[in-house]
Amino acid sequence: MSNEKSCCCSASSCCNTKSITPYDKNDKWVTGEIFTLKGSVPVVSTNLHFKDIFGAWKVRWGIGRMNYKISPGLYAVGKPDHTSPVLVSANYKLTFDVLRKELSGLNCWILILDTKGINVWCAAGKGTFGTDELVNRISKTGLSEIVSHRKLVLPQLGAPGVSAHEVTKQTGFSVVYGPVRAKDIKAFLDSDFKATEEMRTVKFTMWDRLVLTPIELAAAAKLSLVVFGILFLLNLFAARPFGLADFIAYAGAVITGTVITPLLLPVIPGRAFSWKGWLLGLIWALGFIWYSGWFVPESLLLAIGYLLVLPSFSAYLAMNFTGSSTYTSFSGVIKEMKIAVPLITISLIVGIVLLLINSICV
Amino acid sequence: MKHRYLKNVATLRLSAEKCIGCGRCTEVCPHGVFSVNENKAKIKDKDRCMECGACSKNCPTNAIAVDSGVGCAAAVIIGWLKGSEPSCDCSDSEGCC
Repeated sequence: MSNEKSCCCSASSCCNTKSITPYDKNDKWVTGEIFTLKGSVPVVSTNLHFKDIFGAWKVRWGIGRMNYKISPGLYAVGKPDHTSPVLVSANYKLTFDVLRKELSGLNCWILILDTKGINVWCAAGKGTFGTDELVNRISKTGLSEIVSHRKLVLPQLGAPGVSAHEVTKQTGFSVVYGPVRAKDIKAFLDSDFKATEEMRTVKFTMWDRLVLTPIELAAAAKLSLVVFGILFLLNLFAARPFGLADFIAYAGAVITGTVITPLLLPVIPGRAFSWKGWLLGLIWALGFIWYSGWFVPESLLLAIGYLLVLPSFSAYLAMNFTGSSTYTSFSGVIKEMKIAVPLITISLIVGIVLLLINSICV
Repeated sequence: MKHRYLKNVATLRLSAEKCIGCGRCTEVCPHGVFSVNENKAKIKDKDRCMECGACSKNCPTNAIAVDSGVGCAAAVIIGWLKGSEPSCDCSDSEGCC
């Protein structure tokens, strides 16, 4: 993706300038270069093009998500000089795009850390958005000779990986944690680096949860192929083959766990995610079994089997949404899982046995 | 509507003795768990703590301790299966976060 800028020109002065941050000349989001004492820095657009928006859509569905990144280094927005603020961020392209589109009309520097294409918060949790990488990147880009001030603005969600006082000790730069959301950056800079409590608090709106559901659905779909493969083999010698009704019952449970539960998360009673998923899965199972007319003595095995299997699927998938949520703690997840995982397993096994008996022996 | 997770599980601890009241914890906490009054930080809502570790990492006097980790069931399961620490390591597969 990245190639070194070739040194090439007729004017003798520019031949001394090397490129601080490599970039691909075909990238539309780079609009030019700005020259500094340490070399040239790419200037980035604050507008998103079709390719950026389509790229965001793709990674939301898990397509090429682990390789959606830009070169770490220094970038410029507008016409920054040695007094302009320095914003620090991650090299996940989705993160970078969300940031730059909020910076129109500003003159500032963006210092991009190498987080292996992971967003700020997750990278901070792993430590790749961390003290060492930041200290290293400051020295690699020669930042202390490009700006005359000694202040860095870090995203607040980078704090789990960065020790602010340690950065100051090692580089002389002081760290100010900016707002959680990029859209508040202008207001933050205008108010002399002060974030309101509202800017400091992580939310998890219905929209925030909605954009996370495609990746859950895509992962569940991949797993489902295995389930369908097994059912196909069973059908070869089943007395009651699995058909469309079974597919709908299963798909409904999957969508309940991966989409409906996340969307309705705060309004579903209870606190544990698996419980919330189980509850909605049970409602789905009861509704579907009733609709299919399986609450009759001759279909009893089928009805009980599905009442055990379907809510368990939803519970498991909903439990996995803890990783996408913004407020679950490690201790809490462990506590939840110690109870939920054995119950889900038992319920699934008993349910599957009943369904198999019903399918093969009846 | 505010999100609430399980009660009485967070491992967050604050030493009032070591605290110098710099307020860094209120700056980094994503859930407003801390407040600073009369130059001392206070845990005002422990049940909202998600154990991200930002406060302890940025506390200049080590007054805050928390067993930080990822609150991610998939990571815990991977840890159980591999017999390793739970890790949300997505670098080699299409995993979580």
